[in-house]
Amino acid sequence: MIEFLGIGKSYDGVPAIEGLNLKIDRGEFVVIIGPSGSGKSTLLKMINRMEAHDTGKILFNGEEIYKFKVRDLRLRMGYAIQSVGLFPHWTVARNIATVPTMLGWSAQTIEARVTELLTLFQLDPALYGGRYPHQLSGGQQQRVGVARALGGDPDILLMDEPFGALDPATRAALQIEMKRVHAVSGKTIVLVTHDIEEALLLGTRIVLLDQGKIVQAGTPLELLANPANDFVIDFVGRRDLGIKLLSLQQASDHARDEPAGAGPVLPHDATLREAVSFMSAHHLEQVNLMDGQGNPAGVLHVSDIFRTPAVGGTRQGRE
Amino acid sequence: MTVPGGGPQVRPARWNPVSATLAASGLCALVAFPFLRLAPNRMLSGEPMYFSGVAQIPVLFQALFPTLFMGLLLSLWVLPFTPPRRLVLWLQAVIATAVVVAWVALAGWQASQLVKPETPFARTSLGGAFWALLVVFWLMATDAMQRLKAGLAARTTLLAAAVFTISLLVAQGACDDLSIMKEYANRSDVFAAAIARHVQIVALALLPTLCIGVPLGWWISRHSAAGQTLFPVLNVIQTIPSIALFGLLMAPLALLAAVWPGLGRAGISGVGMAPGVIALTLYSLLPVVRGTLAGFDAVPSAVVNAARGLGLSPGQIFRQVDVPLASPVLLAGVRTATIQAIGLATVTGLIGAGGLGAIMFEGLFSSAPDLVLLGVLPVIALGVGVDALFKLLIRLMPLTQGPPP
Repeated sequence: MIEFLGIGKSYDGVPAIEGLNLKIDRGEFVVIIGPSGSGKSTLLKMINRMEAHDTGKILFNGEEIYKFKVRDLRLRMGYAIQSVGLFPHWTVARNIATVPTMLGWSAQTIEARVTELLTLFQLDPALYGGRYPHQLSGGQQQRVGVARALGGDPDILLMDEPFGALDPATRAALQIEMKRVHAVSGKTIVLVTHDIEEALLLGTRIVLLDQGKIVQAGTPLELLANPANDFVIDFVGRRDLGIKLLSLQQASDHARDEPAGAGPVLPHDATLREAVSFMSAHHLEQVNLMDGQGNPAGVLHVSDIFRTPAVGGTRQGRE
Repeated sequence: MTVPGGGPQVRPARWNPVSATLAASGLCALVAFPFLRLAPNRMLSGEPMYFSGVAQIPVLFQALFPTLFMGLLLSLWVLPFTPPRRLVLWLQAVIATAVVVAWVALAGWQASQLVKPETPFARTSLGGAFWALLVVFWLMATDAMQRLKAGLAARTTLLAAAVFTISLLVAQGACDDLSIMKEYANRSDVFAAAIARHVQIVALALLPTLCIGVPLGWWISRHSAAGQTLFPVLNVIQTIPSIALFGLLMAPLALLAAVWPGLGRAGISGVGMAPGVIALTLYSLLPVVRGTLAGFDAVPSAVVNAARGLGLSPGQIFRQVDVPLASPVLLAGVRTATIQAIGLATVTGLIGAGGLGAIMFEGLFSSAPDLVLLGVLPVIALGVGVDALFKLLIRLMPLTQGPPP
């Protein structure tokens, strides 16, 4: 879908990004993360030509992005930013209709699309469609911001620290919503953040940048289980790296296929972190798992929890 | 409401200090200044006639006057010392407005009482107490509306009711025996033309101001360096006294008209409308340019950034984002410029441009204060009217319909 080939950019002779190669496939949720000044936001903005690169090529569906008209390119890419930037003089519905209107959709199609997107973000279209942005809470504004980015049914959604300005509770709710939207819509999403928790929660793949270079790219589990160097370990959090690792693995992947014994039961899709917490609180050596239908799904033994994780196998299919 | 500077405990106010102060100054003015002045002819300033003299006239118990005195009593004595609850404030607004109307009627009626057939040149002019009380009641009404946070509709209704009733009174001839109306009767042939000319001068000055000022303000918002050279120039123009600016323009314009007679035939000359309109244009530029710049600067960069990222073209961003978001502040600048031009256009009467200034200066030079008033009152009315119009226009902008974001 998107391919960076030997991308470089410098500001006043100081290189910001150097010789960067990255391939983003259809349907991926790629999180670009790094400390401030690592070039992560610049990299994102290069995709829709908000920033120009000096050297190399960026391909969109196999074609150089500079072969497109900039307007056509951007209409095919949703764009959401931290400060949201809703049009304050337009209603929520008209904000979401921005790109569909430019694409020349019919009034009925646009209305249906607005209703669909508001429903997707759990905002009642009858209630919120006619409101103005200043009548919404911060979280609702950002929901509308993302809905607007998705308005024209773009091939790819670019998000630049979209949840950075929200309070922790709202941010967590929106992260879960974003995960659901990704699962439901199957859209390719590229998200920039500096929050490792957000990256681990949302990304099917994480690209860790430092000083304009990719330090490591891989699934959250790969990053935690096989960190490439000390920088990665420090960035993901040296002290609770193990705990984070547990939170990325499912209890069922470590369970023994044996009949359930006596004692309490956990759902099979609980994370290892939840299982450890539960077993520790209840002084258990083992716990029974149960699938969605209430059938036994094996037994998790304490001694099996800290085996080497099955890298790449638990959260998503691809490497 | 809390008592200003009250004790540690917050209690509801038991009286309205603003109305009380206004009422006290109103009462003082009523005693200290004459209500009317009676002069043997229009040049002399005349004998004072105090309000107490009016009050002794026996025809007092006609329908209007008990109402007026009830209103006076309520607004000057009772309401200021009543806890300012909503009902009391509404009463204050309505009664004060009604008293303004009744006040004008009283002056007109009193003037007709003083007409004597043997002194046809005698003039009854309005005195200090009339004007002071008019202002006091008007401020009372305004203060009440302010405290009520009354909407635009309520304010407009009250203002329109007062203006309509007073116009009706004047049209019915209720004020015909006041000297200002006598001056009007003498000048009725040129009065309407003077107002039209005044509006024409303002409009002719604003047209080029908007054509130059708005693009200039927009351009400066894109190139801030340009503003640093332009604003000092505009500021200096503002500091030149208007008479001096007319003088500065006279010589070059006269020269131009002499060199190209065509210009002279088109009405361009050292005196008259041309220098007036050019000077007003120059004065109006600063508020318009500044308002436009402030308007475009106030457009949030996040909104423009998002618009760019969504694929809006620069033209679309300008039309759909920049212009609507800059408009309220831009219009506020145009409003300042217009009101300033309405006032300054009076001065162009001095250099032969006509308008209401011509009437005012005629009154000044012939020491006829009522003729001055006849020129000034419409200028004030124009200013107030245009101000209200712009406020309405700004309120109707989609962005200003709710609280600011």
